[in-house]
Amino acid sequence: MPTAEFPNLFPALPEIFLLVAAMALLMFGVFRKDDEAGPARVRCSRIVARLCILALLCALILVVTMNGSDRVTTFNGMFVVDRFAVYFKVLILISSALSILIAQDYLEVHRVARFEFPVLVVLASVGMMLMVSANDLMALYLGLEMQSLSLYIIASFQRDDQRSVEAGLKYFVLSALASGMLLYGSSLIYGFTGTTSFDAMAGALAAAPGEAVSLGALIGIVFILAGLAFKISAVPFHMWTPDVYEGAPTPVTAFFAVAPKLAAIALLLRVMMEPFGALTVQWQQVIVFISVASMALGAYAAIGQSNIKRLMAYSSIGHVGYALIGLAVGNEAGVRGVLIYMAIYLFMNIGAFTCILSMRRRGQMVVGINDLAGVSKSNPMLALALAIFMFSLAGIPPLAGFFGKLYIFLAAVQAGYFTLAIIGVLTSVVGAFYYIRIVKVMYFDEAEEVLDRRMDRPTALVMAATGILIAIFFIIPDPLLSQAQAAAQSLFGG
Amino acid sequence: MPVAIVLLPLLGAIVAGALAFIDPGSRAAKARIDKLAQAVTCGALLISMVLAIITFNSVAINGQTQTITILNWISSGELEINWGLKLDTLSAVMMLVVTVVSAMVHIYSIGYMHHDPSIPRFMAYLNLFTFFMLVLVTADNLVQLFLGWEGVGLSSYLLIGFWYDRPSANAAAIKAFLVNRVGDFGFMLGILGVFVLFGTVQLDPILAGAAEHADTVLNLFGGEAHALTVICILLFIGAMGKSAQIGLHTWLPDAMEGPTPVSALIHAATMVTAGIFMVARLSPLFEQSDIALSVVTIIGASTAIFAATVGCVQNDIKRVIAYSTCSQLGYMFFACGVSAYGAGIFHLMTHAFFKALLFLGAGSVIHAMSDEQDMRKMGGLWRMIPVTYALMWIGSLALAGIWPFAGYYSKDIILEAAYGAETGVGQYAFWLGVAAAFLTAFYSWRLLLMTFHGKPRADEPVLARVHESPMVMLVPLFVLATGALVAGFIGYDAFVGHESGAFWNGAITVLPGHPALERAHESPTWVKLAPLAVGLAGIATAYVMYFLKPDLPGRVAAAFPRVYRFVLNKWYFDELYNAIFVRPAFVIGRSLWKGGDGAVIDGVGPDGIATATMGIAQAVRRVQSGYIYHYAFAMLIGILVLVSWYVLRSV
Repeated sequence: MPTAEFPNLFPALPEIFLLVAAMALLMFGVFRKDDEAGPARVRCSRIVARLCILALLCALILVVTMNGSDRVTTFNGMFVVDRFAVYFKVLILISSALSILIAQDYLEVHRVARFEFPVLVVLASVGMMLMVSANDLMALYLGLEMQSLSLYIIASFQRDDQRSVEAGLKYFVLSALASGMLLYGSSLIYGFTGTTSFDAMAGALAAAPGEAVSLGALIGIVFILAGLAFKISAVPFHMWTPDVYEGAPTPVTAFFAVAPKLAAIALLLRVMMEPFGALTVQWQQVIVFISVASMALGAYAAIGQSNIKRLMAYSSIGHVGYALIGLAVGNEAGVRGVLIYMAIYLFMNIGAFTCILSMRRRGQMVVGINDLAGVSKSNPMLALALAIFMFSLAGIPPLAGFFGKLYIFLAAVQAGYFTLAIIGVLTSVVGAFYYIRIVKVMYFDEAEEVLDRRMDRPTALVMAATGILIAIFFIIPDPLLSQAQAAAQSLFGG
Repeated sequence: MPVAIVLLPLLGAIVAGALAFIDPGSRAAKARIDKLAQAVTCGALLISMVLAIITFNSVAINGQTQTITILNWISSGELEINWGLKLDTLSAVMMLVVTVVSAMVHIYSIGYMHHDPSIPRFMAYLNLFTFFMLVLVTADNLVQLFLGWEGVGLSSYLLIGFWYDRPSANAAAIKAFLVNRVGDFGFMLGILGVFVLFGTVQLDPILAGAAEHADTVLNLFGGEAHALTVICILLFIGAMGKSAQIGLHTWLPDAMEGPTPVSALIHAATMVTAGIFMVARLSPLFEQSDIALSVVTIIGASTAIFAATVGCVQNDIKRVIAYSTCSQLGYMFFACGVSAYGAGIFHLMTHAFFKALLFLGAGSVIHAMSDEQDMRKMGGLWRMIPVTYALMWIGSLALAGIWPFAGYYSKDIILEAAYGAETGVGQYAFWLGVAAAFLTAFYSWRLLLMTFHGKPRADEPVLARVHESPMVMLVPLFVLATGALVAGFIGYDAFVGHESGAFWNGAITVLPGHPALERAHESPTWVKLAPLAVGLAGIATAYVMYFLKPDLPGRVAAAFPRVYRFVLNKWYFDELYNAIFVRPAFVIGRSLWKGGDGAVIDGVGPDGIATATMGIAQAVRRVQSGYIYHYAFAMLIGILVLVSWYVLRSV
């Protein structure tokens, strides 16, 4: 009887490192002297936050340096590392680090600065990295749950605040439902293909081209799709998004809006392209439907919002719709479009949330769109930055958001999906209305009471950096484009 | 050197135009800027004039015709268009007339406009106009000619509406522009037709190749038509617009809203004659089509008589002269129509002098009368402004065609040529021309008598300020008066006499079958004397009606009320156009605006979409209830729909 071989840990080194670091920091926090809401606790949270950022950066370096251009699998083929995974891991690590960076001040102001927050973000990041590298339905589910468990907690992190707790609970219950769907879908797939490994599944599904695709497998795919669509908040599995975004603490919302979406989109791309690649024609219709519905809902529902966090929730729904166009196209150009889009989306969103985090009046957070009135006079830099992000989100050239949409629509048009591209353009027009309305409020409305001028330094720095990146992307787009190209190629076995 | 003639005014226009944008700040600085603008523009024009005289000498007198190509402009497939100058006798004559009159008008304007607040702008427009007019007359291809044609139209628009704070001036400017568009459309089609037929728009090959296409037939709208007839009539429609011929004349009287020097330069001496120039320039084409020539003759003669009748009853001093211009342009056209192009151009030149003189003289009167233009409020001015009075006499004598003034020679030869054509349309033109000559003399003296004689009818304060114009205004008048005196007998032999063949030197083509001008010299004595006789008769009639028996005009008007009203209302052309074109256009426009754009496009389009968007937004908000079981339900419904999609499809 052959003994089980010890798996090669080397490809998973970044994840392992991050996990160990998270445990160590957890220990560090737990055993440090605590004075219950006193300065010592704040100091502790600061130290842990910085160390977490450091750990994430180290993991980032590991991810980049350990990356051969080849596809490597380990843990009996359950874990895969390729250019595609590396691309998304880099984005996830960046967004996690930025989220911790901009969160600290908010947490301190709201007296919830605890060392657990950054550690949970790191743990969520590990889960996301596992998702990105998942090459098996089991690995997929494990990564997903690891991520989700951390997210439930940080959504209700402001535990004295009813809305925050409500947000966490809603997310938990609905996410559990989605996970159930995912699991059900997985079992169906296993039942019809006899395997949980992506590689074997692809072989099984592609093996019989002449035969009709079994309906059971298709329904399994639909269920898996539904579970993942929940994570990326695509219509009709989006309902949790506005409530959770609104209720959760703002830095958590910023994190929610970016990192989990990146991971889920990555997972979705991999699952749809690798194991289910042979069934593209079948699942395409579902993706098209979800994409169109998300774009339309994102555009229309945001118009009626007066809370900027809710608005960002609908905005993210809409953006996921655009990204899904790339998936619906189902070829390399489409995937490349999604990759570019998500990278730009990361920076636009983090930037926009730094602005939202800076909206304070007499020390208190405000989130009403009308509270922005007159910001152009009281705080011109904030107004300029938010204007850049809003124009970029609306897809106005020459800002980066325009190019994100451009590559997606280009891929759609080249592949002949004119209807999708046209709907995308039309909904962008509707969407432009509410983005530009914010700019209008900032620059043309009179304020009754102006916002504070104060901004904490990390937030201001992140705001400036993302703003500049968004504004000058069109001058140096090449690094991103070539990386996205390589990552897309690796997914197609190129 | 010819290039400099054309470009100097453009340079002046640019400099003066730039000066117009300077905010002077103080009154002294403004005076300096005004002076500078006047010096630059007048200087440019005077140099241009001197060069034009030299060029005229070498080209027309010494016969050195040439074509100068400056630049390649458009090169696309078969289409080759250059910037070029075609210098032959015709363009040399036009350059001479344009630069001389323009220079005089420039100098006159220094005095006339001296209290206007925007002198640099005015001078820039005048220079710009002169530039485009010179481009027009020197064009060596039809497109360049068209450029100049549109350019003078633009300048005319700018100058008619120069006092843009007057609604009437704006309306007149727009009217002039729009009416000219009608003509320009014909002109454009004509140019296209020429290109279709000849494959080029360069004048030299077109003029040389006209005879080859004498019998070419064009397929038009399923029918067949004689190509050159169609083209010539289209081109002539363009000429009608620019030269204010009957039907498209309505803009010219309204154009008197512009400052008087503008009326003199653009709406009497130069721009309005562009149509005659164009017909003469394209004489080889027109010669091939008897129908087109007949059309030109009939339209010309009808305009001559029509405008003369209207001129008899106008009370605005400038409008009388405007209708007179219209009428004289009719003479020039029917001269061309009977193939006496030389006579037409001859009259164009003499007319430029005496009509500019009349306009500027009228301007001098208006200036003296503190901007009053209504002749009924003038009278008895001759003692107060004797120099102007004398000059107006010279102009009127020339206009009426009294020997030895310039108009006598040119009008005489036109009428003789019309008689000599020995065709039906020729006779039509001759008799109407004679009648118009009577009316011309009549309204000229009516103008003189109402303005300068009788009892002063102006208010006391106005009368107290009546003064003779300054020298800067009178000197140009003297120059023009000299032209009105001597241009006739100096030019006669060259333009239409026995030296005309050598003088024109091929610039004008007349087929042997059209010998009107040769026969003109052999016409019976009564034909030769008729114009002079009716001219004198007209003067006498005017004396009787406005000097000896001042109540007679009123009685005549009362005796024929319908005729009087018909003529007074300018044959109801404006009313007719209002009813046929303007008002229906407004109705259609309004219905498209309110019904089409407002209700349909806005209602379904922007407004409708915006309303629908807000509605959808509201609906979506309501679905977002906040209850977990609603959300879970939506997810389940979603997955149900997706699954049933596959299940139903596979069944």
